[in-house]
Amino acid sequence: METTQCPRCSEATLSDVRDCIQRFGREQGNLLPVLHAVQRKCGYLTADAMEEVADWLNIPVSEIYGTATFYTLFSTKPLGKHVIRLCDSPPCHIEGSAGVRRLLEKHLGISEGETTDDGLFTLEVVSCIGLCGVAPAMMIDEEVYGNLSPETISAILEKYRMEGG
Amino acid sequence: MPLYRSHVLVCNGTTCVLKGCQAVQAALLEEIRSRGLENEIKVAETGCLGISEKGPVIVLYPEGVTYCELTVADVPEIVEEHLIKGKIVERLLYKGAIPGEVKAAHRGREKENRVVLKNVGTIDPTSIEEYLALGGYEALGRALTQMTPEQVIDLVKRSGLRGRGGAAFPTGLKWELTSQSPGDGRFVICNADEGEPGNFKDRLIMEGDPHSVVEAIVIAGYAVGAHTGYLYVRGEYHQSIANLERAIADAREMGFVGKGIFGTGFDFDVKVFRGAGAYVCGEETALIESLEGRRGESMVKPPYPPTHGLWGQPTVINNVETLANVPRIVLNGAEWYAGLGTEKSKGTKVFSPCGDVLYPGVYEVPFGVTLREVLYEFAGGTKSGRAFKAALIGGPSGICVGEESLDKEFAYEHLSPGAGALIVMDTGKCIVDAINSCQKFFLHESCGQCIPCREGTKRLYEMTSSWVEGRAREGDLELMETLAEEMAVASRCGLGQFAGNAFLTSYKLFPDEYRAHVSGGECPTGICAMNNGRGKDNG
Repeated sequence: METTQCPRCSEATLSDVRDCIQRFGREQGNLLPVLHAVQRKCGYLTADAMEEVADWLNIPVSEIYGTATFYTLFSTKPLGKHVIRLCDSPPCHIEGSAGVRRLLEKHLGISEGETTDDGLFTLEVVSCIGLCGVAPAMMIDEEVYGNLSPETISAILEKYRMEGG
Repeated sequence: MPLYRSHVLVCNGTTCVLKGCQAVQAALLEEIRSRGLENEIKVAETGCLGISEKGPVIVLYPEGVTYCELTVADVPEIVEEHLIKGKIVERLLYKGAIPGEVKAAHRGREKENRVVLKNVGTIDPTSIEEYLALGGYEALGRALTQMTPEQVIDLVKRSGLRGRGGAAFPTGLKWELTSQSPGDGRFVICNADEGEPGNFKDRLIMEGDPHSVVEAIVIAGYAVGAHTGYLYVRGEYHQSIANLERAIADAREMGFVGKGIFGTGFDFDVKVFRGAGAYVCGEETALIESLEGRRGESMVKPPYPPTHGLWGQPTVINNVETLANVPRIVLNGAEWYAGLGTEKSKGTKVFSPCGDVLYPGVYEVPFGVTLREVLYEFAGGTKSGRAFKAALIGGPSGICVGEESLDKEFAYEHLSPGAGALIVMDTGKCIVDAINSCQKFFLHESCGQCIPCREGTKRLYEMTSSWVEGRAREGDLELMETLAEEMAVASRCGLGQFAGNAFLTSYKLFPDEYRAHVSGGECPTGICAMNNGRGKDNG
């Protein structure tokens, strides 16, 4: 058990995940911070990890799952190495986010919510990310990109591809 | 602190980073070093300067000159001409408010009255020394050592400060209610879950002047008798979180946070809590649920947080901008603050015009400013040159106004600014298409626990999306109106209550445009898909 490979990441074992969870106190108020930490470690919230969190915080695993799926930044499914979050709220929409979305889908060959075959990108269409001053805008992981145009989109995606993902 | 003859501030706001400011900064450092000027000229990163469109942007002090749209190739000229010869590089200067006039300060700044944005873009947000040099933490010292908690509350009450998150509840009264509520402990929460589309002012305050928020939350804690404060920041705001965490750590080291602050017996700890992507958590009871480790579902009110908040204890929840006003009020006095604005709306408001404007950004002006002034004097009018058509004031939850409202004054008694968003559309844009985007937002963000909102947001979006696709049914407009009005009454929290607002207010202004979609099957602007089977892109 202790050496079981985490199903997602090559480095983390379940005991790594457990260590990561057990750095937090056992109060329910730590649930969101714990889930953030686990997702950072594993790439997404694996079923095994959610059970570990349930044990540690003494919360039913069903409630963990209910909470995890409530928030858009948590994922209970594997994600690509890079998560693209394209804003589609009114300020970006009126500045042309629908066209940006079509371009991204064409470049990546996937639709909203899907991951590319090479596992490099997941495309999500999200609510406002507070970059309305540079609409249309998106985030890739923690980086932000605004004033998107066909040229900048190609260049941005190419940059991630060049880095080998 | 070493003394420098010049400071070069490089805007490192999230929006400038993507324009390549870091490469410009690296080139500046290298150029300065290669000329042996590193002990004379300091290059510092700063938060957003508010001219997002024109990045990379730098400001040079003591002259206060702003250069914009820089590339790495411009750097040697700036160093040679400006920093060595003292000559302004005209071609790179930021062009100011009046067309054709060259201004050596950034847009609109002379006309603004910066209270909460005072330091944003002028100091290095990662340097507590710079914050201190400009009077930082003096307000906290004064409150703790010269005032009783009651006096602090009285000061805030007399200032007339009201909540800047949109609801405009009197801040001093909220503090008083909390301080008088019995409990085993009290809490202060800064609501930094800015998620209403069109609003990005709180992000700029947190990125550009994080210490002002930290200082304010400690003052609030002292006033209400709390010893723990939480900064609930939306999970997408990585830079805000990083700057706040750094600010708290530095403030703790200098004794402004922690035990025995300013040598008094007052202890206060501040923690950053990272949200996880849920617009509804900006609603205060949902935010508390989230902080307690649950789904962010809003609760029935009353009871309100001042009596039953975090862990059931009396809790103050204030917006970022609201709190950032507090240190200035403590330093300058309630009368000074109450002297700004209108009779019933005191102080300043930060606006964030975006959409079809020439200069999207944040601008802080006293209440009483008109929509026309914000749009034309600060935001530069429409970027297309087409006429102004409509603005969503406060965002999708706010109201839609047209040109009939251009000369209305922003004030709670006239035209409420909400949280400050102004999503502007010119005459090339389709109102039905924009409202459809609003309905999609509410559908996505409804927490799903109360039926009027869960089902209502779905039906609203189904209808508007059928209109933009040319699939409208007879009677849809009347049904939409009825449903939006019923949701306003029956939904549990503001999300559902206001989800039909933008439609209701825009339908009154543009009934013909709606009817053209629903009855005529045609989009007058040609934006919607029905016209050519796919629709053309906006913008």
